[in-house]
Amino acid sequence: MFGAGGGTSSYQEIEETDLIVLWGSNARETHPIFFHHVLKGVHAGARLVVVDPRRTSSAQWADNWLGIDVGTDVGLANTIAREIIHAGLHNREFIDRATTGFEEFAANVEQYTLEEGEKITGIPAEIIRDVAHAYARADRAQICWTLGITEHHNAVDNVLALINLALLCGHVGRWGSGLNPLRGQNNVQGGGDMGAIPNRLPGFQDLEKDHEARTKFERAWGVEIQPRYGWHLTQMFEAMERGDLTALYVIGENPAQSEADTTRAWELLEGLGHLVVQDIFLTATAELAHVVLPASASWCEAEGTVTNSERRVQRVRKALEPPGQAHDDIEIIAELGTRLGYPMGWSTSEDAWTELRSLSPMHAGMTYPRLEELGGIQWPCVDEQDPGSPFLHGRLWADPLEGPPAPFHAVDQAPPVDELTEDSRATATRRRCAGRRRSTSRRRTASASTSSRASGFRSPRAAGP
Amino acid sequence: MSAVPVTLRRVVELEIDGQTVRAMEGQTILQAVRALDVEIPTLCWGETLTPVNACRVCMVEVEGSRVLVPSCARKVEPGMVVRTNGDRVRHSRKMVLEFLASSVDLSTTPNAARWIEEYGAEPDRYGPAAPPAAAGERDRAHAGHHHPGDGQTAATVAQPVKIDNESYVRDYSKCILCYKCVEGCGEDWQNTFAIAVAGRGFDARIATEFDAPLPDSACVYCGNCIAVCPTGALMFKSEYDLRHAGQWDEERQTQTDTICPYCGVGCELTLHVQDNEIVKVTSPLDHSVTHGNLCVKGRFGFQFVQNREKR
Repeated sequence: MFGAGGGTSSYQEIEETDLIVLWGSNARETHPIFFHHVLKGVHAGARLVVVDPRRTSSAQWADNWLGIDVGTDVGLANTIAREIIHAGLHNREFIDRATTGFEEFAANVEQYTLEEGEKITGIPAEIIRDVAHAYARADRAQICWTLGITEHHNAVDNVLALINLALLCGHVGRWGSGLNPLRGQNNVQGGGDMGAIPNRLPGFQDLEKDHEARTKFERAWGVEIQPRYGWHLTQMFEAMERGDLTALYVIGENPAQSEADTTRAWELLEGLGHLVVQDIFLTATAELAHVVLPASASWCEAEGTVTNSERRVQRVRKALEPPGQAHDDIEIIAELGTRLGYPMGWSTSEDAWTELRSLSPMHAGMTYPRLEELGGIQWPCVDEQDPGSPFLHGRLWADPLEGPPAPFHAVDQAPPVDELTEDSRATATRRRCAGRRRSTSRRRTASASTSSRASGFRSPRAAGP
Repeated sequence: MSAVPVTLRRVVELEIDGQTVRAMEGQTILQAVRALDVEIPTLCWGETLTPVNACRVCMVEVEGSRVLVPSCARKVEPGMVVRTNGDRVRHSRKMVLEFLASSVDLSTTPNAARWIEEYGAEPDRYGPAAPPAAAGERDRAHAGHHHPGDGQTAATVAQPVKIDNESYVRDYSKCILCYKCVEGCGEDWQNTFAIAVAGRGFDARIATEFDAPLPDSACVYCGNCIAVCPTGALMFKSEYDLRHAGQWDEERQTQTDTICPYCGVGCELTLHVQDNEIVKVTSPLDHSVTHGNLCVKGRFGFQFVQNREKR
């Protein structure tokens, strides 16, 4: 957020905060070891608020369970914001010094009275008021979320609405206060860090707007980089539909089963001129492929790094020999480069990482020996003396402010695309994630994603709900 | 305002075995002693657990104290005079080890055999072991059920191994009632509270609610109890099966640290590998994310890399 896509805080801070909001997250089941840190906080006296349509196992630990109607998160956040402003509990000094757009934001939330909020969300006004006051009055407060926030058509607005609350109360950029998306897989964060998103180069450097960064990469790689954003997954499927995308190289993803509309995904993948799938299993997507490249399991049959939800870059190491003809992803990619006429110039994960450090300032200080010695390092880590960054955006509290102010975003409640019915609380969380088989907030401890891993797992609890 | 808070601690000066020692305020005697590279045996103490003072094997002498004190829990104090290896201490440890070794199977307890020798413990002097209990017998015991033995045999906790799931086994013949599993499952970490100590006196045992089999209990199979068990009473099924077949061989095993593949929390795993198969998963106690704990996925969810050809 505010330019760098990562959670702002350390797990340790969850133990030392005064109020924890889990919004659209059932961390007890989905992120059990993160929830250990939450429970340390709870036992130390922190108040726990859980916002979820279902009374989850996380909610059972909460002081307040806000059983929100599906898809009304912006409505709730805006109602909380209005109540904080009307009660005069917002942090005026922080807002004036470190943010922009407050007036417009305040005007926009004006319509979200407690009564209106109750009508939108189904949560009693008195409880919304109580939570609003508690969040604003807490010395330190954390908001943490997962797919209950991000797996919606208006997910960006949902996240912006939560960021607004933190800015309103100065609950970001300080030890113990922050905003934390809990990632669904071990390297969701690292994929973004490494530029595996269509609009950023490694280290969140803007592909289109940051000419200096792009030139730096062009010089290092000796190739011209097209100065325009690529397509994200949804846009790729749209491009397949239009016939603009005819060849696809899929690495460690199973879109034939993970897309919400699997029938459509299946048809489009089948219609491709050329489909290459690189995976550790012969997934449903791999069965559609023209070429399958068997890969080794990155976490135990290969060397490399991953980044977790507190921005900690950690080493994965090879413990097993991969079966059959399976190869390390990095070997396959390097070999593919060579055969396409572009030798990468490196062959090991450490070589590739060293190149990355020379191009991504936020990773510059993370040598392999330091990652080993320090038990992982949290970015940004700009040089080899830098211990890394337990929390982000401390600059917002510098006087005078360092860097650009953080913007408020006026966002409005938009109803879910699917019409909600009487039993929507129960069904919509399922529908929202139908293609995923099990959503992250509904995911049972023993299952994950399209179950390609967990289905081979003899857990006594593996039987689904 | 935007800094990581630091806790300042005072230095405490004390005497250990005639040597003047400086320790940090809040440290235990055990920590201060171990910093000197002097060994104090421990069983119920765990680096990441609240001390429960159950096993009494770490007792030391503190001048001015009428009784021996548990070094794992007692904090250092300025001017304290500690003796870690005097006659009283050695005698106490000998008795504790004799009581434990005569009633419990310590064959997979690291260091137990060495300590027994070092302290001159003679567990056999209580007579041959009484016959083991039948399956479930000890779990049904209530107050008043226990009768003193005939003096000819040594009472034991021996009973059949409990194997009721594919993840881990419970061999309570090896349980010394140290409470570590209860603590790990309870408020120290997992907060699932699936197990507790049931019964009193010699009938005391670790039990699920109403002695339900694990799959019917509150257990979530995080295995954090296995991670802290000091005697091997709680054991990976994979380790149990290999030991049973006489194939468990730590000499042939490698330990590799990596990161769990499942969610985004980033738990460090130590993979114990024998013959290119993962046989056990642990996590380093000093890792800031896990403190040695894992969930069911990290602990047991590794089979998918080992059965790819069979699928």
